[in-house]
Amino acid sequence: MRMTTCSILAAAISVLAAGVAHADVTLSIVIDTNPETSASFDALSKAYTAKHPDVSFDVEQRVGGSEGDNIIKTRLATGEMADIFQYNTGSLFQALKPEQTLADLSDLPSQAGILDSFKKVVTSADGHVRGIPFGPAMGGGIFYNRKIYADLGLTPPKTWAEFMANNAKVKAAGKVAVVQTYGDTWTSQLFILADYYNLQADAPNFAADYTANKAKYATTPAAVRGFEHLEEVAKAGLFNADFGAATLDDGMRMVATAEAAHYPMLTFGIGNVQQNLPDHLRDIGFFAEPGTDAQKNGLTIWMPAALYIPAKAEHLEEAKKFLDWVGSKEACDIMAKAVPSGPYLVKGCELPKDIPPVVADMLPYFETDGRTAPALEFLSPVKGPSLEQITVEVGSGIRSAKDAAALYDRDVEKQAKQLGLPNW
Amino acid sequence: MTTRKSPYPYWFVLPAAVIFIVLFMVPTFASLWFSLTRWDLVNAEFIGVENYRQFFREPFLIQGLVNTIIYAVLTSGTKTVLGLLLAVLLTSGIWAQGFLRTVVFFPVLVSTIGVGITSSVLMHPTRGLINVALAGLGIHGPGWLTDPALALYSIVLVDLWKGIGLATVIYIAGLASISPDYYEAARIDGATRRQMFFRVTVPLVKPATITVVTLSLIGGLRSFDLIWAMTRGGPGFSSDVLASVIYKQYQAGFYGLSTAGNVILFILIGLIVLPLTAWFNRKEVDL
Repeated sequence: MRMTTCSILAAAISVLAAGVAHADVTLSIVIDTNPETSASFDALSKAYTAKHPDVSFDVEQRVGGSEGDNIIKTRLATGEMADIFQYNTGSLFQALKPEQTLADLSDLPSQAGILDSFKKVVTSADGHVRGIPFGPAMGGGIFYNRKIYADLGLTPPKTWAEFMANNAKVKAAGKVAVVQTYGDTWTSQLFILADYYNLQADAPNFAADYTANKAKYATTPAAVRGFEHLEEVAKAGLFNADFGAATLDDGMRMVATAEAAHYPMLTFGIGNVQQNLPDHLRDIGFFAEPGTDAQKNGLTIWMPAALYIPAKAEHLEEAKKFLDWVGSKEACDIMAKAVPSGPYLVKGCELPKDIPPVVADMLPYFETDGRTAPALEFLSPVKGPSLEQITVEVGSGIRSAKDAAALYDRDVEKQAKQLGLPNW
Repeated sequence: MTTRKSPYPYWFVLPAAVIFIVLFMVPTFASLWFSLTRWDLVNAEFIGVENYRQFFREPFLIQGLVNTIIYAVLTSGTKTVLGLLLAVLLTSGIWAQGFLRTVVFFPVLVSTIGVGITSSVLMHPTRGLINVALAGLGIHGPGWLTDPALALYSIVLVDLWKGIGLATVIYIAGLASISPDYYEAARIDGATRRQMFFRVTVPLVKPATITVVTLSLIGGLRSFDLIWAMTRGGPGFSSDVLASVIYKQYQAGFYGLSTAGNVILFILIGLIVLPLTAWFNRKEVDL
């Protein structure tokens, strides 16, 4: 009996001693379930563990959309957050109260190599940078099936009228013209959010006026247009039969396999095809949501998500060391190789030569000045939480575009008041 | 009348009282306070009744309220009527009675979220088993959960399937406590089966009815999990109930606002259920 007690004690002590000697660290991290996210993080963690064998990662996945926002906010506020977490930049980042809840990353050496356009969307009100870019910048626009376009002799449209003409031809050919996937509610917002390039081309001061409660969606004709686009495609009967229940996976499958011609989505959807239907990766192309004027054609872009560290993280120093490396050109090159679906925001970090057509379609917008505009959520902290339900209503024919814009204004007002913004 | 001194010392109540105060009284009063603040789970800024004002301006509050009442009345009413009929059937000594009782009760044991996810797969407008089967019969099935006019009622159907077993079991217990003498006397008086059901069974099973109505009505009024698993209040806002409207405020990070919503839900359930039970209990004395 005494022997066993002694030997257990000895074993315990040797385990403890070994632990101290190697100082093994397990960094916990929360990321979303998107396949591109996993691909990027797998590549990063493998490379980092190879360099630092004493560091390992404990990855936890969370859902996206408002359910995911809820998880992040609650865990952050109750101090239950992992050492590192991935989350949106821009208005959703501001809603986390970053100056209180997140660690300051301004002093990391790698910040010098990160583009200013990105730093702006992860800087809290007190002027400190609190995030490191994770993944490529995205475009919001319309995926199209290149086979259908080739078969019907169509060209990517530059105006909304051309887009509707293409849709009519696709419908006449017996294919689904536009996919909608309200099983994942958030996907219903794309026609409105991706129209922001066109909105700001017509109303350049919209973001500032909107934040200051001087401009409204319902009373700005260029802002109602996004809602009208959705209403128009819905009324024209262009949707897939199961639009009310289909999911993002269904949408990407339909547009990749030539079941459907168009799917409005963020370019990160390409990761989904890469994982589920790699043979169809080259069948998809991409164009910006067309506006009224072919001369003013441009793309609404989304900054990548960022990795953050909670202010009270358990392994603060180790987590900072890791994020500093993630911000380096070396780590960025690893991500760009794993997920070449858009431009990266670290200086000198380039995409591999062999990129899918979607990315090739998207890059020209970035190469010309003035052909991209960041989405509204990167310019204004005000984003109403119910937009996705409102756009489902418009797409399902429950509510008119005008009515929806007015309702969204009320939703936005609630958000601004809860944030305690001035002028509301 | 003098109250008899209890044979037990007062400190016997202490453990229960501590649990009740810490886990029930404190949160209840804390929620009253937080409903008057702009709250981010860390800092709470007092803003008076602004949250209540905002909550009553919530565009879908009225529809959510109406949906809540429809949902509660439909599920509670149907569970009461069908539960009694099923209980009568399952105590009448029919073939395989024990097995059938198990079958009726079984859905009660299954996880609500599981039921919700499974039935939303079955109710998929094009690939769901229900519409595929209907198509086999040449019927074009509706969008059970995607048609805004239908979504709430589809959830009611699933709720009934899941919840009717509990009502039936309560009624079976109620029926078992009715003395056979009443039926014998009625039979000697020449009562028909129909008369026996309405004149003997229904009045004498009243305690069970009160239990079933109260439980299912409260359950229906605060119903959330099944609705959230099946439609998340959608399409749009068409199957939103009070609880899902409240949850969405919480999801958006409006913690004070959602707490105000919960206080309102608490008061609403009290306003409906308390008079109802009082009325039931008064009637019971008349028997």
